[in-house]
Amino acid sequence: MNTSVTQSADTLSAKFAFQLYVAIGIVVYMLMMIAGAVFRGAQATWLPIPPNFVYEIMTLHGAGMVGVSGLAGAAVMWYFLRRYVKLSTGMFLTMLVLSLVGVVMILAAIGIGRFAGGWTFLYPLPAKSMGLWGPHAAGAFVGGLVFIGVGFLLFYLDCALAILRRYGSLVKALGLNQLFGSGPVNTSLPPAVVASTMVVIINILGILVGAVVLVMSLINIYVPGVVFDALLMKNLIFFFGHVFINATIYMAVIGVYEIVPRYTGRPWLISRPFLASWAAVTLIVMAVYPHHLLMDYVMPKWMVVMGQVLSYLSGIPVLLVTAYGALVNIHRSGLKWDLPLRLMIFSLFGWAAGVIPAIIDGMVRVNLVMHNTQWVPGHFHFYLLLGLVPMLLGTMLFVCTRSDWRETALDRASFWTYGVAGAVFCFVFLAAGWQGVPRRFAVHDAPWLGFAQVGTLAAALLLVAAVVLCVRLLARLPRISLSA
Amino acid sequence: MQNLAWVLSLIFMAVIAAVFLWVVAGASRTGGEAGAMAKAAYQWRGRLFWLVIVAGIVVSFMTLWDWPIAGHAAAGTKPDVTIRAVGHQWRWELDKDTVQVGKLVEFELTASDVNHGFAIYKNKTQMVAQTQAMPGYVNKLQVRFTEPGDYEVLCLEYCGAAHHAMRAVIKVRAGL
Repeated sequence: MNTSVTQSADTLSAKFAFQLYVAIGIVVYMLMMIAGAVFRGAQATWLPIPPNFVYEIMTLHGAGMVGVSGLAGAAVMWYFLRRYVKLSTGMFLTMLVLSLVGVVMILAAIGIGRFAGGWTFLYPLPAKSMGLWGPHAAGAFVGGLVFIGVGFLLFYLDCALAILRRYGSLVKALGLNQLFGSGPVNTSLPPAVVASTMVVIINILGILVGAVVLVMSLINIYVPGVVFDALLMKNLIFFFGHVFINATIYMAVIGVYEIVPRYTGRPWLISRPFLASWAAVTLIVMAVYPHHLLMDYVMPKWMVVMGQVLSYLSGIPVLLVTAYGALVNIHRSGLKWDLPLRLMIFSLFGWAAGVIPAIIDGMVRVNLVMHNTQWVPGHFHFYLLLGLVPMLLGTMLFVCTRSDWRETALDRASFWTYGVAGAVFCFVFLAAGWQGVPRRFAVHDAPWLGFAQVGTLAAALLLVAAVVLCVRLLARLPRISLSA
Repeated sequence: MQNLAWVLSLIFMAVIAAVFLWVVAGASRTGGEAGAMAKAAYQWRGRLFWLVIVAGIVVSFMTLWDWPIAGHAAAGTKPDVTIRAVGHQWRWELDKDTVQVGKLVEFELTASDVNHGFAIYKNKTQMVAQTQAMPGYVNKLQVRFTEPGDYEVLCLEYCGAAHHAMRAVIKVRAGL
């Protein structure tokens, strides 16, 4: 096993492909953040938007954010994994092209067809709109997701094949032979390969399940006489959705593993706890999804118990391996802070802190009074808005500006504004959830308006900071290096 | 329960924030031998790991041993009153809407079209309990109302354009 050789060629087309991902990612993130802020502004009664249009915006925000997070996370994984295995630039671009086809279909479904079934397309809602959207709108939305899924599947299959060619098996690439073997761990296995292998395993399975449920939904949309078991469909949808959105941050964290050691001069090497953590996460991410179904009382008891217990366990790898490992790596290292590093360390805080309300909501007793309140967007915005997004931004800024970063007061102001406004935005969601405010309501009752109004102000401030950070990144995009 | 969830979340998130701030504040300084510091830190992590595991076992048994929700994934106590509720886009159909305070009420929830969420609220800012209403299934939710008043039912599973307007009222009265 020789991991010191760069396996993929640093061609101009590879560089262009990555730049394309970053540019499109920035634009889509900005647009979806605006959509989210408009959704919150409508809840605050500050934007006079009819409810059906608000739900269209909600659907767009959800689908767009999940999709772009998947693409951006995959771009980070591709960027670093290609240093160790031979990845295809063509397949990387195919994922983007198919995703864009899917995006066009989804935009048409929402913009022209008025589809507002939510990004989770919870069966059988896409087929039952009460006349607000037609079967072609629902079909275009679900079909768009199929295109995106196929694109991702091709990419992950390419990654899987490349890993197999280099490491012989996914077991070895995940380090399981070393985890369960005797003797010292061979630290030449890069953390990026371990993390990528985990993502490849869970996302191939997740997307295949997603494909099944999407096709079943399409059948129900066009042949309403064919109906499926609603509980089965719910299980399939939440398995797919949970795995896909979780994989985004597990891909993005590869950037942290690769970049933070450059600042500290301390290598981030695999160890048995590290391998055990990734092995556990591989299973937990797939098996924990019943915590979304705790309020479906007909779910088997063992699955409910599994949902609660695995929710708790899922926090351990994040808190005690990745976040703890990063803190040990930077502790008294004499590093020099700059914007990319600040963003990455902050992102680990966002991820680690966001895990707490998620674990608490994963308990049946708590879920009974907090499920589908704003507590839920509170915790997932914590680890996506304050975790995933700064992690991606930090990584992208590093690979664009590594050698000649010039820190400005604007950079620092944007970082702090993003962090503080983002934290306020998320805490307002959590506080609203504590007070029982429902999520996904276009119209808010009077006692809930204060939360929506403070949340909207925080969202506006956050948006300004995000625009500045993204413009800074876009301006540096031509300097991007595949070997940063 | 909501207060406990809120306070516990704030406490644990504050601890995480404090640890991050402490490490970040000293990261740009040097001091000590990196290998020795890492070894000490990972010894602490080993202890923390076992603490978290033991705490997890205790919490799991405490919260799951007595099954948290009567009627959830198992048969519940025999109710005093049963209310059959059906979710439709976008209204609730309840076969009765008035109950006596202190009686054990069992709601039998289902849906005629899409998934809905049946959540009982007191004063719009305190959820009493909830369950999902799903086509083809009946979820049984048991609630004992201890205070009289009008309790509002909201739909908590997104079900289309008038989802937010899908409401009902359960009247809990002292003497019937």
